[in-house]
Amino acid sequence: MSGPNTDYDPVEVTPLKPEEVESARDAALAAIAAATDLAELKQVRIDHTGDRSPLALANREIGALPPQARKEAGQRIGQARGAVAKALGERQAVLEVEHEERMLVEETVDVTLPTDRVPAGARHPLTTGAELIADIFVAMGWEVAEGPVIEAEWLNFDALNLGPDHPARTMQDTFWTDPQDNGVVLRTHTSPVQARTMLTRTPPIYVVCPGRVFRTDEYDATHSPMFHQVEGLAIDEGITMAHLKGTLDHFATSMFGEGITTRFRPSFFPFTEPSAEVDLLCFVCRGAGELDGARCRTCRGEGWIEWGGCGVVNPRVLTACGVDAERYTGFAFGMGIDRTLMFRHGVEDLRGFFEGDVRFTTAFGSEL
Amino acid sequence: MKTPVSWIREYVDLPADLTTEALAAELTDLGLKLEAIEKPGDQITGPLVVGRVLTMEPEPQKNGKTINWCTVDVADANGTGEPQGIVCGAHNFAPGDLVVVVLPGGVLPGNFAISARKTYGHVSAGMICSAAELGLGEDALSSGGGIIVLPEDAGKPGESAFGVLGLDEEVIEFEINPDRAYALSLRGVAREAALAYDASYTDPTQRDVPPADDQGYPVVVDDPAGCPVFVARTVSGFDPAAPTPDWMVRRIQLAGMRPISLAVDVTNYVMLETGRPIHGYDADKLQGPIRVRRAREGERLTTLDGTDRALSTEDLVVTDDSGIIGLGGVMGGEATEMSETTTRVLVEAAHWDAVAMFRTGKRHKISSEAGKRNERGVDPTICEAAADRVVELLTTYGGGTAEPGVTVVGTPPERRTITIEADLPARVTGMEIDPATTIRHLRAVGCDVAEDGTKLTATVPPWRPDLVDPFDLVEEVARVVGYRNVPSVLPTPGAGRGLTREQRLRRRVGRTLAGAGCVEVVSFPFVGEAAFDQLGLPADDPLRHTVRLANPLSNEEPAYATTLLPGLLKAAARNVGRGASGVALFETGTVAFPTDRGAAPIYGVDRRPTEEELAALLDALPAQPLHLAVVLAGERERAGWWGEGREAGWADAVGVVRRLATELGVTVTVEADARLPWHPGRCARVLVDGTEIGRAGELHPKVCASFGLPKRSAAVELDLVALLRYAVDVVPAPEFSTYPVAKEDVALVVDDSVRAAAVEAALREGAGELLESIRLFDVYTGEQVGEGRTSLAFALRFRAPDRTLTEDETAAAREAAVARAAELTGAQQRS
Ligand SMILES: [Zn+2]
Repeated sequence: MSGPNTDYDPVEVTPLKPEEVESARDAALAAIAAATDLAELKQVRIDHTGDRSPLALANREIGALPPQARKEAGQRIGQARGAVAKALGERQAVLEVEHEERMLVEETVDVTLPTDRVPAGARHPLTTGAELIADIFVAMGWEVAEGPVIEAEWLNFDALNLGPDHPARTMQDTFWTDPQDNGVVLRTHTSPVQARTMLTRTPPIYVVCPGRVFRTDEYDATHSPMFHQVEGLAIDEGITMAHLKGTLDHFATSMFGEGITTRFRPSFFPFTEPSAEVDLLCFVCRGAGELDGARCRTCRGEGWIEWGGCGVVNPRVLTACGVDAERYTGFAFGMGIDRTLMFRHGVEDLRGFFEGDVRFTTAFGSEL
Repeated sequence: MKTPVSWIREYVDLPADLTTEALAAELTDLGLKLEAIEKPGDQITGPLVVGRVLTMEPEPQKNGKTINWCTVDVADANGTGEPQGIVCGAHNFAPGDLVVVVLPGGVLPGNFAISARKTYGHVSAGMICSAAELGLGEDALSSGGGIIVLPEDAGKPGESAFGVLGLDEEVIEFEINPDRAYALSLRGVAREAALAYDASYTDPTQRDVPPADDQGYPVVVDDPAGCPVFVARTVSGFDPAAPTPDWMVRRIQLAGMRPISLAVDVTNYVMLETGRPIHGYDADKLQGPIRVRRAREGERLTTLDGTDRALSTEDLVVTDDSGIIGLGGVMGGEATEMSETTTRVLVEAAHWDAVAMFRTGKRHKISSEAGKRNERGVDPTICEAAADRVVELLTTYGGGTAEPGVTVVGTPPERRTITIEADLPARVTGMEIDPATTIRHLRAVGCDVAEDGTKLTATVPPWRPDLVDPFDLVEEVARVVGYRNVPSVLPTPGAGRGLTREQRLRRRVGRTLAGAGCVEVVSFPFVGEAAFDQLGLPADDPLRHTVRLANPLSNEEPAYATTLLPGLLKAAARNVGRGASGVALFETGTVAFPTDRGAAPIYGVDRRPTEEELAALLDALPAQPLHLAVVLAGERERAGWWGEGREAGWADAVGVVRRLATELGVTVTVEADARLPWHPGRCARVLVDGTEIGRAGELHPKVCASFGLPKRSAAVELDLVALLRYAVDVVPAPEFSTYPVAKEDVALVVDDSVRAAAVEAALREGAGELLESIRLFDVYTGEQVGEGRTSLAFALRFRAPDRTLTEDETAAAREAAVARAAELTGAQQRS
């Protein structure tokens, strides 16, 4: 703001001449239009609207005019400055858009570059497989029971109706802890978990028992001294073989798809009576035994896949485990998790599970 | 158990058009599991006929070989009736012999098509066959591997040779479960076939036998519990050179056994037929009466496999005046074995206690066809019939005569009875089975059934020692009704409690580690001293005190693991060896520590053990904590367009622990430690609430080297269950202020011996309640701070819950923090 004009000149002040104002306005508008980027526009703003710009100077002179002239000059200058400000704003917006567009173009990267700075981890298929199975049963209201792998001989054998002279006690070639008469073994199945459950809980009991088990098998493509089993046990009033069939059919369907069910064949297990082998309808050829005219590889042309063993819990087992065999009946089943995953995923060699090669395991990293 | 179908049909009137596959499937449904079907002749097609060699002209060849130009009479089989001209390279036959001829158009195993062809200057129109060419065993028809020369009564020239050679036979091999020992005989398999087709059945043991008398070979049984029945018959005047008839040889071979001599073949044949193992003695080598007893301390026997065995006082033995001559029911002795000079045979058909047989077989590691049957239980009532059948076959084919005496010592045990409620099969199986069906099926499997109101009493047949309990009868009824008829019904358990807290947490641990780039492995928990040496563990390290296995697969790894690291480090090294530049692995698994509290008791099974008994049982087991281990070896971050890669180190190991703790809501602290297999200066002890739960850090360079791992590989091992115990159950809602934050950085110089965590704790304590967070962001050592000194730079954030902090308040809190750090750790503010 300038002070009152002490050097009053009643004649018109030059900068306030209309043609001068128009000229300054037009020069400003031309410069704004000519600015090609934000930096240029910034300079134009300083040059044409800054303190030393003609319009600013002219504006300062208004006060020096006689009062009767101030209004008109003020209007004239105000309009000119308004037009310049508007043009600046518009140009600013346009240039900002242009600037952003240019910047985005300049910042373009090759998004196909690799981004695998830290390699991916994965859980083991035996873990995710056991969880999948557990979830199927938990969804039915069952629970998941677990127990130690180094187990009392009594719980691994005797309590399950495998007496000292039972032929099955040699069928399952057992790892014994030293000394051999110590009464302690590496469990040969997860059945001792069933025994423990019956010993510590009162029916109704509905549990699945996944876990690792041991047999003195030589290590090859289909045998391993350590493998994994899942067993199921249901003890309730009125439990029948039909409930066993229903449960295994549901298990099969949940794991292998709609329409994939099971069939029973008579068998022998000391733990159960009656006992059955469970076969799974081949989920690849759906029982046909062949696929596109060739023998189905998954079931070797049988149409069915041997899956596990099952049966009605032998009342002798209930008695040894403190369950009232007059009141309750039960069923039990068991199958290999490793083997189930082998045919589910087409794993040719069991040893793949235990070698720890990350290429094997990470392939299963997306398993649910 | 291999069973020729023709042999089954001998006892059962099966439909003529029944296929072997269908029969096998039906029997599988009844519980005799199909293992394989063998059809020896299914690879042979076309004209395979009996021929008589008419002429045989040896013609030496330039190559030194001599071939025979033969003419063979095959009657009208060649369409002309003219003799067939055939070149043959073998010489073990002569004109006049009956041979097997495959004519042009025939195909032999291996898709070997026969045609008339010019060779050695003749047109050879067919082939005179050897056993091998027909895919038959070398023993087939005693051919010795050369051209098969048929016996004179085998057939007429031109007739099909399939039947003569047994090529039209089909054999079903069954896997027989231990409870169905009766099916280890044609008698048993045929009975099941009759059951499957409701066909008429002839029991081969149903025969008239001469009554027992006191004229037979003297036998005394001192242990009737071990040997309830002992039948002895004698055949004299036997021709030891007499051949076994071809039909018997064929059946024995088809059943998977080797023909040896007529006397041995007959005992094996009768065992296959009836299920009753038979032992034959050279009667002339016996001295005085036979006596059955348990062995005495110190007694020995050389069994007929040539093994000298020290006997147990539980072993049942057969003796004569010379001493022990056999391990009863399991294996005979060398001294009284039948030989090629035996003309007088004593036939023993005895019933033995199954448990004693099992124990003796196991003790002496003898596995034999006889033992397999005796230890599973044989029909005790068929000893006389079986012995009589042996005598019949020996005298028929060996030319001897049966001596008149018949020795029978003992009587078979009473048949067992089982009483059930008539509706039990229905209640247990969930199938609709009415009492009439139950009775019918129980009778069909051989039971006598008496009804008494709602109860049924079944008297089980003597060949079914496995039928003991009511549920055994349920299985019999169920399998005859058919397992395929079991309906599918889902049970309806009450509301479940879902996964346990620990089960859910374990899943989270796995997901967290996988999310951190670690790959899970599952390794065998077997270790040996070598692994502990590789870990550099001192001789008295508690990890060397293991649960040992009595029968390890490898003597190099005879113990159950006390640490997961050996398996994990080996897996890491395997990956590196296969070309991985970096590997991050984790494993959860149980380890075992001996409690040395003595043997676990073995209780009876007629009742539940008491709580005290159960406690004693569990107390004897090793401690088996669930561990978690991680190994980070080599490249942890890859090099790439973003810049350099980064090798794993101690900080990655501790970082994994901290990340896990964060995921679980556990506050862990770490402190410096020095314990192998970790680097003594780069090992962190991990604590929760003052309790040690494991270690993390860089492995000792020697450990890396011994496992073949990259330098600076790092590892973690934690007691996972101990960690999970501290996991947060219910997260309390956090409280935080929305007033502005005041940030202050402080750089403190401390002696090298002062731990960053101690400085941080002192700052935290001194800063008071206004401190929102503190974070160490820089560590500097060098000239500017002086020898033996370290500069630690911390970023502090202050905030009040209820107001904007003034500069003075912030400065005061900062000063208090620095002062406390100075007081507790000697820290000086860096100028
Ligand atoms: Zn299939």
